[in-house]
Amino acid sequence: MSPSELLNVWSSTPALSAAVWLVLLVTALYLARRPAHELIAATGRIGERGLRLAAHAIRRGETLLARRNREVLLGMAAESVERDIEREFERVSTVVNRDLAGYPALQRELHQIITQIDEDYRDATQVPPMPPPWTEAIDAVAKIEAKDPMVAQVLDDIRGTLDKSGRRALEQHRKETKRRHGLLKRMLPYWRGLSGKLRAVSSQITGLDERAGKIDAHMERYEGIRSGADATVRTLSSSSLTQFLIAGLVLVVATFGGIINFHLIALPMSEMVGGGSYIGSMKTADVAALVIIMVEITMGLFFMESLRITRLFPVIGALDDRKRRAMAWTAFTFLVVLAGIESALAYMRDMLAADQQALVSMLSSAGGSSSEITAEGGGNATFHWIPAVGQMLLGFILPFALTFVAIPLESFVHSARTVLGVVTIGVLRALATVLRVAAAVSRAVAHALIQAYDVIIFLPLAIERLARGARVPGRGKSTGPEGGR
Amino acid sequence: MRKMLIALACTVMVATGCSSGSHGRAVYLLVDTSGTYTKEVDRANAIINYLLGTLEPGDSFAVARIDSASFSEKDIIARVTFADQPTKANDQKRAFRQAMTQFFSNLHAAKYTDIRGGLLQAAEWLHETGAGDRHILVFSDLKEELPPGNKRDFKLPLKGTSVVALNVAKLRPDQVDPKRYLKRVDMWRERVTNAGGDFRVINDLSRLDGLLKG
Repeated sequence: MSPSELLNVWSSTPALSAAVWLVLLVTALYLARRPAHELIAATGRIGERGLRLAAHAIRRGETLLARRNREVLLGMAAESVERDIEREFERVSTVVNRDLAGYPALQRELHQIITQIDEDYRDATQVPPMPPPWTEAIDAVAKIEAKDPMVAQVLDDIRGTLDKSGRRALEQHRKETKRRHGLLKRMLPYWRGLSGKLRAVSSQITGLDERAGKIDAHMERYEGIRSGADATVRTLSSSSLTQFLIAGLVLVVATFGGIINFHLIALPMSEMVGGGSYIGSMKTADVAALVIIMVEITMGLFFMESLRITRLFPVIGALDDRKRRAMAWTAFTFLVVLAGIESALAYMRDMLAADQQALVSMLSSAGGSSSEITAEGGGNATFHWIPAVGQMLLGFILPFALTFVAIPLESFVHSARTVLGVVTIGVLRALATVLRVAAAVSRAVAHALIQAYDVIIFLPLAIERLARGARVPGRGKSTGPEGGR
Repeated sequence: MRKMLIALACTVMVATGCSSGSHGRAVYLLVDTSGTYTKEVDRANAIINYLLGTLEPGDSFAVARIDSASFSEKDIIARVTFADQPTKANDQKRAFRQAMTQFFSNLHAAKYTDIRGGLLQAAEWLHETGAGDRHILVFSDLKEELPPGNKRDFKLPLKGTSVVALNVAKLRPDQVDPKRYLKRVDMWRERVTNAGGDFRVINDLSRLDGLLKG
């Protein structure tokens, strides 16, 4: 039955038929008012509760993720600081082994110098010889009155002897003093040597002191991380984002380097593996060039890993030093060989380009449109070797340059974990908010639908209110328009 | 080293397959040698030079003439599948160019023009190459004149082949009534498209860049 037939089922006049339908519909809606209201309210409630539940679950997931992210961030930061501290201790150990290993010898030297100085000092402090002991006897003789010329003569002789003796003693004293000065002068280089050695010890101690200061700073950071303070986490998050951006930028630069490297070896590679074969939709030569570049990057990673510059593979880091060193040499040898191959390929590229140029030149000159013939092949041969050498150098250097990709790659991988976590937390938070808003909207929509339902059946509702008002006089006035609800 | 690299690459991409034939291109150039068209040798040379410069290692190329009975191996002037190594391919191109120079220096005008015979020969050769990208270039005014008794009422096997008519010269009667020219071109388009091929006309030979596209 079509809608027009339905419209005319009660009467041939559409307006009348529509009115009948309207009355029937309104009556049906009025009769089904209570269950319809309950249905709408229940649907709204289900929607609201479901959405709230989903929002709650997402919030819980977000909290868990945030906790996990925090743990990862703190763990990584702790690991990084541990590495710094370890490195500082290694440096201290190196300083101690290098400089303070000779400390016993230095101590011995200092002891010898001090002993020498002490002996010299003692020699220098010896008391000069006293005047002869008979001078006191002379004093007694000198008190005798010199009236007798004999006595006077004797006294004169005594005085002469005394003068002579005094001069001799003075001379002796001067000689001793000179000797002592000589000894003191000899002590000077010992003092200087002692001073120099003490200065060296002091500088070494100062270096160690600086290292100790750095270790203290690292330890302070480490304690902050261990305590898991919010401020520390915020600082670490910001640092992680910065690292992510910088490492990403460096990786983009490295990608461009890789592309240049690829174009340098892809053409000559076709001479080796053939230019007409394909793997999937890619030329075999292109795949081979890519494989070589990938192998170079892998070897670079292993090399950096073996030198413990990066720590992407804990297995390599955990190897004993001998094996690790062997691995580093192996990776380095592979890199050198691959760099040599690339260099040769770069040279071959130049040869191929020259051959292609010669062919184009020949084709241009062999009949056909002479207007398109150019002297491209006749370039300046004197400088032709410059691009060839340049390409060879580039081919040799690029594999080693790509080796350093390992460092930004490690930073990128580590910081990506945190950054991705932060982004996911943000997305989950936004999603939870959207769901909560949707829950509120669901409740509001249910309420609005109930109101709309009542608007459609306002006439029977008004009649009902009037009827109730007539049955209970006085109540209709108090209830007003809300009475029917 | 070469074997090692191929083996390594093939191992990595074994799921996708390692092939050479279906990715290659094959081009068959039919050169009209009838009547006054022999004067267009320079243009034909320009097209051949362009193709030799454009085709890559692994591609196939053949040049054949359109004469009174073109459905013949003898009408193929030179054909080659370029080696995988670029240097060898370049040597082959030089040899090919020499063969062309030799051919054009001893060119004789044919009495009739058997285009459909040439197309059939081209289609067969292209099919034999196994190339995925097949092109037939017809350097002709597209005016077919068959010798008495020759039957060419067959459907051309041109499915998946691109046919490009090059330098379709306007003949004197075409200048009087251009509808003749248009009708002639439309007739060939219909023949080729009915046979499952794709038909194009390029009269401006300075725009050969899109010659092997599509």
